[in-house]
Amino acid sequence: MREDRRSDSYPLRRRDVVKRISRADDDLLVIAGLGSTAWDITAAGDRDLNFPLWGAMGGAIPMGLGLALAQPARRVVVITGDGETLMGMGSFATVAMQAPQNLSICTFDNERYGETGMQSTHTSAKTDLAGVAAACGIPVVSVVRTEEELNAALPVILEAPGPVYHVTKVRAEKLDFVLPPKDGVHLKNRFRQALLGDEAIL
Amino acid sequence: MKNVRKMIAEGYGMDWWKQILGAFKEADVRQVAYVPDAGHASLIDACISDNDIRAIALTTEEEGVAVLAGAWLGGVRGALLMQSSGVGNCINMFSLAAACRFPLPLFVTMRGRWHEFNPWQCPMGQTANSQLNLAGVQTLTANSPEDVGPMTPATLDQAFTGGGMSALLLHQCLMPVKTFDK
Repeated sequence: MREDRRSDSYPLRRRDVVKRISRADDDLLVIAGLGSTAWDITAAGDRDLNFPLWGAMGGAIPMGLGLALAQPARRVVVITGDGETLMGMGSFATVAMQAPQNLSICTFDNERYGETGMQSTHTSAKTDLAGVAAACGIPVVSVVRTEEELNAALPVILEAPGPVYHVTKVRAEKLDFVLPPKDGVHLKNRFRQALLGDEAIL
Repeated sequence: MKNVRKMIAEGYGMDWWKQILGAFKEADVRQVAYVPDAGHASLIDACISDNDIRAIALTTEEEGVAVLAGAWLGGVRGALLMQSSGVGNCINMFSLAAACRFPLPLFVTMRGRWHEFNPWQCPMGQTANSQLNLAGVQTLTANSPEDVGPMTPATLDQAFTGGGMSALLLHQCLMPVKTFDK
C-alpha cells in the first residue's frame, strides 16, 4: 500500500460524522467549505442555516469567524476539508487573535483532494493541521480517529467554549453528490431570513 | 518649489481618515478587517480603540472578504482596509461577494504611482484599479483630502444599499512619502 493511501482504511465515515454534528432541527449556524463537505452537510439534511460554499477556497474559516463575531449568542460550526483548510491556514492565527467562544471548526481530513481526482494532500505526508492550529493559538484542539474519540469530541464541538478545532480523520471514499442549491444570492437570503427575520431580505 | 516638496513629503492632509471613521460610525459598520498600511495606521488605531467596532487583523486580505461575508450573514456590516498590493491577494475570493452579492466596501491606500521609492509596489499599484474593475468592483478615487468626506459614504452606500462590491482608492498623495530614510 502506498504510504499516502492509508486513509483508504480509516474507520470513520464522513457522512456518518456529519450527521452526528448537525441535524435538520438544531439551531447551529453551519458554514461548509467547497466540495465534499458542502455535499456532506447537504446529505445530513439541507437547511436554511447551512451555508455551503461552491467556491472561494480558503474562505470557510474566516467566513465562520465573521459570522461568529456577529452572532455571539449562537454556535457557529465550520465544516471543511483538508485541502480547503490548507489553502487558508493563516486563518487559524486570525481566529486565535479574535478568540470567539462560539466558533467551532471541524476539518474532515481524508488526506485527499476529493473533487479533482483524489490526489494526496499535504496531510497525507507530514502536515499536522491540529498542530498548526495549536501553534497559531487555538486553545482547544484535538484529532478524532475512532468512534470513541468522536463520542468524546461531540460535546466539545457543539458546546465547549471556543474557539475549538477538531481534525476528524475520515476514510477516503467517493460518495454520491448530494448538491445544495448553488445560487449564492438564494443561499445568502435564506440564511439571513431564517436567522434575522423577513426584514433582513427586504 | 520648496513648499510643494514639503507637501509631497508630508502628504496632502493628515486628518482625512477621521472622515472615514465618522462615516463608518454613521453607517453602523461594526467589523473592520485589515492588513495594515502606513496610510491606514491612524484609522486602524482608532478602530481598535472604538468600543463599537471589532478590529480584525488579517494574515492576508482575502480573509477579509470572507470575514465580511460571514458578518453580513449574521446581520453585521463591515469594511475592509488594505493597500494596493492586497488587491491581488483577493481576486478569487471576490467571487464569494460577486456570486452571493455580499456587500463589500474596500478602502485601498495606493502605492506605486506617486514618488514611489519601492519599485516592487508598482505592479499592483498601477493595475489595482483595473483589476478591481475587472473583478466587478466599482471604484472611486480620492485625489485630495476633500474627496474623502463625500466619497466614503458613497462607497459604503454602494455596498450596503446598492448591494455590491465598491472600493475607495486613496491616492498616494494623501500619505507621507515613504523614503526609507534615504
